[in-house]
Amino acid sequence: MSDIVLSIRDLVVEIPTRSGILRPVDGVSYDIRKGEILGVVGESGAGKSMAGNAVIGLLDRPAKITGGQIFLGEKKINGLKSEDMRKLRGRRIGMVFQDPLTSLNPLLTIGEQLTETIREHLNLSANEALERAVAGLEEVGIPAARERIDSYPHEFSGGMRQRVVIALALCAEPELIIADEPTTALDVSVQAQIVALLKRLCRDKGVAVMLITHDMGVIAEAADRVAVMYAGRLAELGAVRDVLTKAEHPYTAGLMASTPLASQGQRRLRQIPGSMPRLGELPDGCAFHPRCDRAAEKCRLNPAPRLRGGESGAACWFQIDPSTEVPS
Amino acid sequence: MTDIIKINGLDRVFDVSKPWLNRVTERLPKRFLRAVSDVSFNVPNKSVYALVGESGSGKSTIGKMIVGLLKPSGGAVEIDGVDLALETDPTKIASVRSEIQMIFQDPFASVNPRWRVRDIITEPLVVRRKPTDGVAEKLLEQVGLSAVDADKFPHEFSGGQRQRICIARALASEPKIIVCDEPTSALDVSVQAQVLNLMSDLREELGLTYVFISHDLTVVQHMADVIGVLYLGRLVEEAPRDVLFSNPKHPYTQMLFDAAPRMDSFGREVDPPKGEVPDAINPPSGCAYHPRCPLVTDICMLELPKTRLLGQSKVACHHAE
Repeated sequence: MSDIVLSIRDLVVEIPTRSGILRPVDGVSYDIRKGEILGVVGESGAGKSMAGNAVIGLLDRPAKITGGQIFLGEKKINGLKSEDMRKLRGRRIGMVFQDPLTSLNPLLTIGEQLTETIREHLNLSANEALERAVAGLEEVGIPAARERIDSYPHEFSGGMRQRVVIALALCAEPELIIADEPTTALDVSVQAQIVALLKRLCRDKGVAVMLITHDMGVIAEAADRVAVMYAGRLAELGAVRDVLTKAEHPYTAGLMASTPLASQGQRRLRQIPGSMPRLGELPDGCAFHPRCDRAAEKCRLNPAPRLRGGESGAACWFQIDPSTEVPS
Repeated sequence: MTDIIKINGLDRVFDVSKPWLNRVTERLPKRFLRAVSDVSFNVPNKSVYALVGESGSGKSTIGKMIVGLLKPSGGAVEIDGVDLALETDPTKIASVRSEIQMIFQDPFASVNPRWRVRDIITEPLVVRRKPTDGVAEKLLEQVGLSAVDADKFPHEFSGGQRQRICIARALASEPKIIVCDEPTSALDVSVQAQVLNLMSDLREELGLTYVFISHDLTVVQHMADVIGVLYLGRLVEEAPRDVLFSNPKHPYTQMLFDAAPRMDSFGREVDPPKGEVPDAINPPSGCAYHPRCPLVTDICMLELPKTRLLGQSKVACHHAE
């Protein structure tokens, strides 16, 4: 399909250590289409940020991509020279990180940072770049953008700073934005503003968004499709409503059951026993089997089946069939 | 039910002035941040009282004043009828202090990495010169770890397990009250469920009272009996859980509920709330929420709303009905 902006196939990221090779991302495949928000959820250490960083070539050494392909449009982008990757970053892929204070330079005004990025990627004069920067700030909802363009990052509040970061990510009109926990550091009311902003930009400009978060509520509200990751592997992929209400993978089902929901009242939460294994201590077979209530001999011996080519489904030997089984 | 904690007109002001030399040379006045102003509430024995609010609302400051980590600038905290700031009898102070414990947000920062788990858990007993034999082992099993963990160091545990160690430490002095400051915010969802379940179980077993501080409305709804909503250091609404969630009265509470992402809100298009929490050093006049409030009228800018009783809710708003 031609409207696929980003396509990841069997991506493997490895970190060589003294005690062996760790695989924070192990055979992950998914696609993001134009104007779509793909939510990537998982607990800490599930490899969700690592996959995002691999896409824009920001893996910290010694982590490196050792397998699989990443396509941006028609072009394969893993294995590009760092100079070519740098041109791509910002121009075709924008990035929004969790902490807006550390992703802005405190010594430069936001105007300088915006125009620098714009002129780096687009062939514009200083004045044109400034106009574009003002327009970009207005677009993300910064009031009195023209007056505030000479302010420094510390003069903005947390929510406004995150808007500036989004403006910065958008200023060269990328096709894809990778938002890594963009609302985690923000208050609930500001979080709602930023989520609404991302959704609007996605709809109006047709930008594809990879929304990495651990908050299932944000995913439910913002994402069109969701990829659930566990221990570096894709556990489940599908339309957000299907995955959240009719989970097929026991991990997703457990995750949903352990979230305190409005309807549950003060009943005991269903809990998944144990915690996610560390990368160096992954069990044989399916990584989830020690915590899984459906685990059988097969799960202990064989790694879980992989989802092929970005298709929807659950990577599990014994998928839950939501039409016949009622979650306990 | 009797009230185990009584909080009356609590105030806390922080001096956030620049160093005196800067003040002299730059002719700056002193600056004060009023983190908590005139907060009053009672916590019935063996209940869970939750304080919710956004960052800067003063919820952690109140928690610290309850356990005595901070002194109130005004007002009083009474625990079991004893005001720790005024009480002079040392035996009374000691007995009240051992009745109240705290669990912090970050289980990585709140345990000493160089101490063994046994020493961490028994510290509250050691300082009071009480016997410690076998206590750590018993408590570890009570919080779902194993007795052999007592000789390990904190780095050998995951975040959820460390939070269990913190809970075990809090239980060591056999408290009646535990102040929990965002106890699960640093944990993953599946681990959060384990810790919340553990806290509910312990509460029933030991008859504990919790003051539960959180920004997460779903967690609060799951845990609390009574909820106090804070905005810029003031209690704007207080109501029993079911009343508050079914019928929030204060416009700020309503906004908070609307803005919170929900699991069943697929593709929800909300009108996001306007504005942000204002600067606590120069708070707005009158009702602090008026610049963001949809019901705002002239009186809101001039006069601080008094707390009124509406049904089972206590609301500090001129217009709430």
